[in-house]
Amino acid sequence: MSGFRHRHVLGLEGWSRDDVLQVLDRAERFHALNEGVVKKSPSLRGRTVINMFLEPSTRTRTSFELAAKRLGADAINFTPSQSSTVKGETLLDTARNLQAMHPDVIVLRHSASGAAASIARHVEAAIINAGDGTHEHPSQGLLDCATIRRHKRPGARDLAGLTVAICGDLAHSRVARSDVHGLGILGAKVRCAAPRTMIPVGFEALGCEVFDRVEPAVEGADVVIMLRIQKERAQGPSLYPNNREYSRYFGLGPRLLELLADDAIVMHPGPVNRGLELDPRIADGPRSVILDQVTWGVAVRMALLELLAGDGSVAAP
Amino acid sequence: MIEAAPTQAIVIRGGRVIDPGCLDATADVVLLDGKIAAVGPRVTAPPGAREIDARGKVVAPGFVDLHVHLREPGQEYKEDIATGGRAAAAGGFTTICCMPNTSPVNDCRAVTDLIMGRAREASPVRVRPVGAISVGLRGESLAEIGEMQEAGIVAVSDDGRPVMNAELMRRALEWARTFRLPVVQHCEDLHLAAGGVMNESPVATRAGLRGQPPAAESVMVARDLELCEWTGARYHVAHVSTASSVRLLREAKRRGLPVTCEVTPHHLTLTDEACAAYDTSAKCAPPLRSARDRDALREALADGTIDCIATDHAPHGLQDKEVEFDFASFGILGLETALGLGLALVDEGVLDLPTLLTRLTVGAARCFGLPAGTLAVGAAADVVVFDPAARWRVDPARFHSRSRNTPFAGWDVRGRVACTIVGGHVVHEGGEHGWGSER
Repeated sequence: MSGFRHRHVLGLEGWSRDDVLQVLDRAERFHALNEGVVKKSPSLRGRTVINMFLEPSTRTRTSFELAAKRLGADAINFTPSQSSTVKGETLLDTARNLQAMHPDVIVLRHSASGAAASIARHVEAAIINAGDGTHEHPSQGLLDCATIRRHKRPGARDLAGLTVAICGDLAHSRVARSDVHGLGILGAKVRCAAPRTMIPVGFEALGCEVFDRVEPAVEGADVVIMLRIQKERAQGPSLYPNNREYSRYFGLGPRLLELLADDAIVMHPGPVNRGLELDPRIADGPRSVILDQVTWGVAVRMALLELLAGDGSVAAP
Repeated sequence: MIEAAPTQAIVIRGGRVIDPGCLDATADVVLLDGKIAAVGPRVTAPPGAREIDARGKVVAPGFVDLHVHLREPGQEYKEDIATGGRAAAAGGFTTICCMPNTSPVNDCRAVTDLIMGRAREASPVRVRPVGAISVGLRGESLAEIGEMQEAGIVAVSDDGRPVMNAELMRRALEWARTFRLPVVQHCEDLHLAAGGVMNESPVATRAGLRGQPPAAESVMVARDLELCEWTGARYHVAHVSTASSVRLLREAKRRGLPVTCEVTPHHLTLTDEACAAYDTSAKCAPPLRSARDRDALREALADGTIDCIATDHAPHGLQDKEVEFDFASFGILGLETALGLGLALVDEGVLDLPTLLTRLTVGAARCFGLPAGTLAVGAAADVVVFDPAARWRVDPARFHSRSRNTPFAGWDVRGRVACTIVGGHVVHEGGEHGWGSER
């Protein structure tokens, strides 16, 4: 097994093409496995994976848990309501205590950007960032790449020649940052669109074109990724007048759909605010691959876990 | 009304044609199908054309006022779109931008549609609404600016109220920039203004009236210029009134910020001395300032730091003004006296006539990106013809406005509008006996 050069998965920024392709190629195999009746490939038997989700999550936590279990690892879920964090223990203390139980992988979701990186410096276990604040969500970026490759470049290795539009709340989106990095690494052309209130300063420096209108971003695009409006992260005055005006100019509806390439696909990291960023008819329509993304999520996370904790990994004994 | 009826061709003969920045010569102007068809010496009249003798008169693009209060809907006892539009036509204005502090506030498409519809029915001049920045002018959450733009707004402002929350102002600039609209600020830090009813000055001290310092305006100008630079959005300062604001704006323009500003005729003409005898017709917001401030405004108007004259035409009823100074409403009528007061500035040597006309026409149009203020062939036939020598005495009883609140009653001024043309239609003709005889 060729060595995977990362001990942790904290973000896709700085990853090489080979790093991404290793994950995607391995995920292809698990994707096939997951289509079968017996969805088990127990390469992580005896390993322990702790899912430490300090922010609400259904899809990502379930996905990581399933991924670990299908690889035969023991998976423990750790959520705020049952954790000592509510008793005031610091994140680092919690991580050190968990480390004392010798897990192989800790999957961390946290509301603060940089949380995964900060505990990675202090524990032996491999850390997978399952979303840190508004920084990165690397497994989402990878599963988006895998979904796009399967739909738009079947049989090819990378995404060269594709144009991907990412539209919505760039300011609060960790998915957007990981997508921009991952898609760029694979050679896709990335265009981002948001109202000016949601375009963080210097966003184009991540490696994308930035527009303050949806139309020029989605015109002729092969893929459109709509981002979730994250009301839970907003502070101060709202970044847009109301849902009505936001959806009128920045939501994906039938009018904008006509601008896309004929065979374009529509994606969303979920959960969808139906009727806000995405018209329900499109979310459930023939171009939508939103549920495929979820399916690919399990395969990609299996690949990540195996690369980090399987035989031949950096962290393996 | 403006576009509906076919127009008769018009030839304006022999006037001094001043198309600011382009032309200043004796020439004829031909208007055909609602557009400027030709400008030049001794043009041939189209068959059936109406001839207007403009010898001894000035022919210019119709004036553009970025700042008027038409009070409709909601306060029609002060003014409405019809009377305000007639006052505009009488004053030589062909495009007016009405502020959103109506009742209900113009903060959504339904109200914008209402104003646009009433203007089509009842206004002789073009009405371009300014939408609210925040819902209900409350300064809390952004209004539906994008949709109001589809309905016809040309800028956004919470005029009458400043946007005190700096973050909301930042978001307003960003949201408006997304829709390529300028944001107009009524600069007044309400904490500093502290309920002042006039300029904080020796005059206020003597009169015992509560003053508001000039800094109440300039601190907000300074704050907003920082936000303008950070967001890159187009920012317009309404009714600049202080020397400090002028200095800040001059410096910002030198640095290339996308900022514009306007000044009112009354701030160019009067000082806070006008409030000394508790004359409520001189009570306005921002308040009339010191002579030093007024002189700085005049200099800035001449050198172009101030882009345009906007009247802040603010009609109020007698019951709003014939009360104690403390309780009187803020505001002064502007549309029917702007030209006369402007020509007085020319007479005082503040600026020359072509520069004055620039500030009343294209200088204003550029601030909001309006296709107005020009006599270029193909442009809309919005034209004013005025007699610069005709003298008249300001008599509020003869105003077309429904209100009478002016501190200029009884003033002798020169410059009478002979003819105002909008889209090729003559919408106002000065009477033989002076100011707007047809009431």
